[in-house]
Amino acid sequence: MTPLFFQDVRLLDPASGLDAVGGLLVEAGRIADLGAHLDAAPDGAAVIDGAGLCLAPGLIDMRVRLGEPGEEHKETFETLSAAAGRGGVAVVIGLPNTDPPIDDASVVEFVARRAREVKGVKIYVYAAASRGFDGKRLTEIGLLKRAGALAFTDGDHAIADAQMMRRVLSYASGFDALIIQHAEEPALTAGAVATEGEIATRLGLPAGPAAAEAILLERDMRLVELTGARYHAAHLSTGAAVEELASAKRKGLDVSADTAPAYFALNETEILGYRTFAKLTPPLRAESDRRAVVRALRDGVIDIIASDHWGQDQEAKRLPFVQAEPGIVGLETMLPLALELYHKGEIDLLDLLAKMTCNPARLLDLPSGVLTVGAPADLVLFDLDRPTLIDVARFASKSKNSPFDGRPVQGVVMATLVDGRFVYDGRDG
Amino acid sequence: MPAASQLSSPHLLGIEGLSPAEIELLLDLSEHYVKMNRSGNKKSDVLRGRTIINVFFEASTRTRTSFELAGKRLGADVINISPEVSAVRKGETLLDTALTLDAMHADLLVVRHPESGAVQLIAEKVRCAVVNGGDGAHEHPTQALLDALAIRRRLGRLHGLVVAICGDILHSRVARSNMLLLKTMGADVRVVAPPTLMPADIDRYGVSVFHDLAEGVRDADIVMMLRLQQERMRGSYVPSIAEYFHFYGLDRAKLAGAKPDALIMHPGPMNRGVEIDSDVADDINRSLIQEQVEMGVAVRMACLDLLTRDLSTNQGTGQ
Repeated sequence: MTPLFFQDVRLLDPASGLDAVGGLLVEAGRIADLGAHLDAAPDGAAVIDGAGLCLAPGLIDMRVRLGEPGEEHKETFETLSAAAGRGGVAVVIGLPNTDPPIDDASVVEFVARRAREVKGVKIYVYAAASRGFDGKRLTEIGLLKRAGALAFTDGDHAIADAQMMRRVLSYASGFDALIIQHAEEPALTAGAVATEGEIATRLGLPAGPAAAEAILLERDMRLVELTGARYHAAHLSTGAAVEELASAKRKGLDVSADTAPAYFALNETEILGYRTFAKLTPPLRAESDRRAVVRALRDGVIDIIASDHWGQDQEAKRLPFVQAEPGIVGLETMLPLALELYHKGEIDLLDLLAKMTCNPARLLDLPSGVLTVGAPADLVLFDLDRPTLIDVARFASKSKNSPFDGRPVQGVVMATLVDGRFVYDGRDG
Repeated sequence: MPAASQLSSPHLLGIEGLSPAEIELLLDLSEHYVKMNRSGNKKSDVLRGRTIINVFFEASTRTRTSFELAGKRLGADVINISPEVSAVRKGETLLDTALTLDAMHADLLVVRHPESGAVQLIAEKVRCAVVNGGDGAHEHPTQALLDALAIRRRLGRLHGLVVAICGDILHSRVARSNMLLLKTMGADVRVVAPPTLMPADIDRYGVSVFHDLAEGVRDADIVMMLRLQQERMRGSYVPSIAEYFHFYGLDRAKLAGAKPDALIMHPGPMNRGVEIDSDVADDINRSLIQEQVEMGVAVRMACLDLLTRDLSTNQGTGQ
């Protein structure tokens, strides 16, 4: 492999706080050197003239629905990997909500093999916390972890039963395994497709209270305290839940959370007209909750931004709102939507990038997400300021279900590299 | 108020979006059809050559019959289908069914569906006009129009009247359409229900909220009772029918505080002894319930008439 030299790039490394113009050298798939002092290419290296573009660690997207196995008509590893590359995402972690579910070491191995075949971005998986997501029987957490599962979660099913959740946390703590929870009290949200309030009332849609999130999270925090387990709350969407999390962090519990762009870029008015592309789980919230999520990102209470990518075909969305499947394709829009927070002056650039690079890397113990000598050369080259319109017709994802189609954004991914290899190169287009 | 001569939308999907002038237009035309329906010759030919299909994804006798009669009295060819017992069972999707009917050159579809928003979804995909015959807990516009017509004919106006809508508001599309219409026309609207059957933030409709029936109907001109929709309930909303009737069923005692000539309405079908006492429901001096049914046919004739007037220009504007 010829060494690769990025010349005249704005190096952005949230882990070290580096923000300087300089060069970065890739050798044998790893970062060999970087910094402001590096202004000339070594002999024999292929040179990429950055011309002031930003170079950051390739993004790590810790919440993605895989289409395989089971729903290849919505997403395959090939289309997923291509979509990730276009989005600047070098590492994807897939939810276990596949068919069959990832609750058995053989399925973890199947995914690993398919991911290797595709030779695209890095694809890891979580395994289910309960068999078949039944919320009753523990999965083989020890064996699954050894097979490569990065953490344990029932995906978009909450682990509802308090005794079961206590056992999951307690057992997982013996393996230092992370538990990821979809924190919504299901007894309060059964059948609900929207957040209780004026909009759901006017549309006549079954709705659940926003408090369902804080209620389950508060209980979980007590169980984390009881068991000493590592806990991560997925896609937080309400101000009340953010407060619960902040208070648990103040107590010193080993807890963290992510949110998805929809929860800081949209509010519940998006479902007016029964727009099924804006149907999510948890559902979109009130404007006050959206603002609370932005504040929580700024204050560091929410550590991570994940795309919550979930491809749905037309058949799954062109239905009455109640019957339509939830989900948004998010891999290709995560970076520009996150950058809105920077361009609006809500969050510093390095703090924002940390939420998609070193923070998830640290949580999941991955070597990526940093610009450090010796680290894998997982990189994203992007134009921070260039304006563009989100255009689903250009998505590489097999599904096109995005409520962001046509939204003006700033920030364009120019190239994505994984282990020093281009998985996406859009420098000519 | 400037008089309207047509509707601004090619469909009637809800009361939401209708202007006071459009509502007046529909009610005035309905008056004309009330007269016609009471005359010896009930048949007109304004819809001759038109095809109307009643597509009811949810069981209904009253509304479907009313639309069928309305179409036939105007001279249209009317067909009823109940897709729940035909193609949908075989896996055909809602939109496939709609597109199939559209391809048969129907001029107008009347659609009822158990899910909120389903009728709008169909309207977005077909070329013909669509009338919402009731969708989920969202809207039932012709019911609100016929209620308004019945009130206006008795009391001469809607503006300034005190109307109490009582019962299972949470699951009711009738309540939502009525709140919208009555507020648009300047009535003073109250809603009365136990808190478990009251939707969140309902005061945003500009209505006042009551949990006590006697208090809610005090000095009311109109008391509109709703059916307790037990078939739509997931779990327990009220402890028993006996308790519900005791506190929320309309009887003489609770009605006593309303205006002496207050009128009683119910969209039907009634659960006697659940939300309304037979003694009140059948009081010919107070009950508008039979008149509501009569107005239903006239209002639907007016809707069908108005929506098919410009069909030649409407055709092709949809997808």
